[in-house]
Amino acid sequence: MGKHFAGHRRLFYGTNAQSMKTVVTVKNLVKKFGDFVANDNLNFEVYQGEIFGFLGANGAGKTTAIKILCGLSKPTSGEITVAGFDVYKQREEIKKNIGYMSQKFSLYDDLTIHENIRFYGGIYGLSNADIKSKTSQYMEKLKLHEYAKSRVSDLPLGIKQKLAFSVAVMHEPQIVFLDEPTSGVDPITRRQFWDMINAEAEKGTTLFVTTHYMDEAEYCHRISIMVDGRIDALDSPHNLKQQFEVDSIEEVFIQLARKATRDE
Amino acid sequence: MSESVIIQNLSKTYPGVKALDGISCTVNQGEIFGFIGPDGAGKTTLFRILTSLLIPDEGTASVDGDDVVKDYKSIRSKVGYMPGKFSLYQDLSVEENLKFFAGVFKTTIAENYHLIEGIYKQIEPFKHRLAGKLSGGMKQKLALSCALIHKPTVLFLDEPTTGVDAVSRKEFWEMLHQLKSTGLTIIVSTPYMDEAALCDRVALLQNGKILSIASPEEIVAEFPHKLFGVKAKKLYQLNELLKLEDQVHSTYLFGDNIHLVLQENVSIEMFIEKIKAENFNDLEWESISPGIEDCFMELMHKA
Repeated sequence: MGKHFAGHRRLFYGTNAQSMKTVVTVKNLVKKFGDFVANDNLNFEVYQGEIFGFLGANGAGKTTAIKILCGLSKPTSGEITVAGFDVYKQREEIKKNIGYMSQKFSLYDDLTIHENIRFYGGIYGLSNADIKSKTSQYMEKLKLHEYAKSRVSDLPLGIKQKLAFSVAVMHEPQIVFLDEPTSGVDPITRRQFWDMINAEAEKGTTLFVTTHYMDEAEYCHRISIMVDGRIDALDSPHNLKQQFEVDSIEEVFIQLARKATRDE
Repeated sequence: MSESVIIQNLSKTYPGVKALDGISCTVNQGEIFGFIGPDGAGKTTLFRILTSLLIPDEGTASVDGDDVVKDYKSIRSKVGYMPGKFSLYQDLSVEENLKFFAGVFKTTIAENYHLIEGIYKQIEPFKHRLAGKLSGGMKQKLALSCALIHKPTVLFLDEPTTGVDAVSRKEFWEMLHQLKSTGLTIIVSTPYMDEAALCDRVALLQNGKILSIASPEEIVAEFPHKLFGVKAKKLYQLNELLKLEDQVHSTYLFGDNIHLVLQENVSIEMFIEKIKAENFNDLEWESISPGIEDCFMELMHKA
């Protein structure tokens, strides 16, 4: 039953098991800070078009791993490629081929919407024509016309987050890292945001998501749960609930995270 | 039951934003009262007014009998306040922070140790560590200890669980329930709708207005529609389809299923048959009870 279901999930995101392209490969990833082992031998792959949930308690090692995958920090050891590039030698290539958004930092508050789009478009090397067409596309799709002249700091949070997401995928990266993207937004906007995530996955973009909302973990095709620097579980939400014999991912998470022995 | 906090018609406007728009409500002594709403709903503005740190444009409020504007001095000794941002002294140790707050309120750690014992004991082994070097969970316990050391009668906690993982959130709420048993009034804000169920009563807040005030059970009982849980393997695609249907009042993804409300007089059985025929053969449905989040979204719809 579990296997059968997993097969369906693969069809669901538009690729079949044989031709699934791997976008992130992590083999034996270890990251130490002095004696402290922040990432303790991580192994996983993430596929094209997949929504991959990266969960764990505060201090479990998620941020350390994400920094490595984004090319911002070097691992102590392990073989890791992101978008086909090596995290030791090709970190600049990685940065060009990924997108990143977090609730804490994404857009420049004292620039307008246009200025933000132009800034990020410029950074990622888009042509002026592309920047122009993306700008009008976003203004239309996110209904931003009434805010055209406003600084980003004056936008409602929900709109700011949708814009931040659009800007993060503007250069059509193979993979986008979303670090607690929906923290603090109202429940309707939170769901609209997930609709955008799903639509992006349908186009073949890979989404790597962290969240503290356990219901959102259920929207991921697969999730991993980190405990004390290790990945203690990795499967589809459906299979994990079956394996742990519970009804929700929250219960899976609590069972696993309660085993943690190290403090943040 | 006597009233601990009385809020009457409170408004506050910042340039271009009406942060609070005529809010009225009362909080009873000894209850855990939750202000539930997203960022920007007005939670922090309200807390700052109630703790005398901000003056309202209109309306009045009192805490434990003291007016929040006129009696600001006595209010400050009565309330405990834990702001959303960690605001202890990072370059003082755990113990120094606690001593400082006790000193400001002219008391000592020894005098009120019994109030914080359950919480402080967990960080006491690290009492010589600088507050800035603590983990998130430990910072939170220290901040709570500092907010309690002067024996407040009302405790204000502004988003204590935001960005905190599911396990730590659970533990934090267990601490609050222990504190409640000492008779303390606890007023807490949160953007997590599921935490409403842990409060005695809640006010649902959106755009500076209260959408509803009641116990979580009452809020759920007032949900005006029949709610259905719908499952299918292609859940996202199903939800996109349902959004386009005229017979649908609302459809939202909720974890591994969809929460569906139909327009009045639409038969669920007939509707489901129709949708199944659109390539969703595996569709399953059942009647379900709404949660706070369903109610919040329904109220947002109306507002």
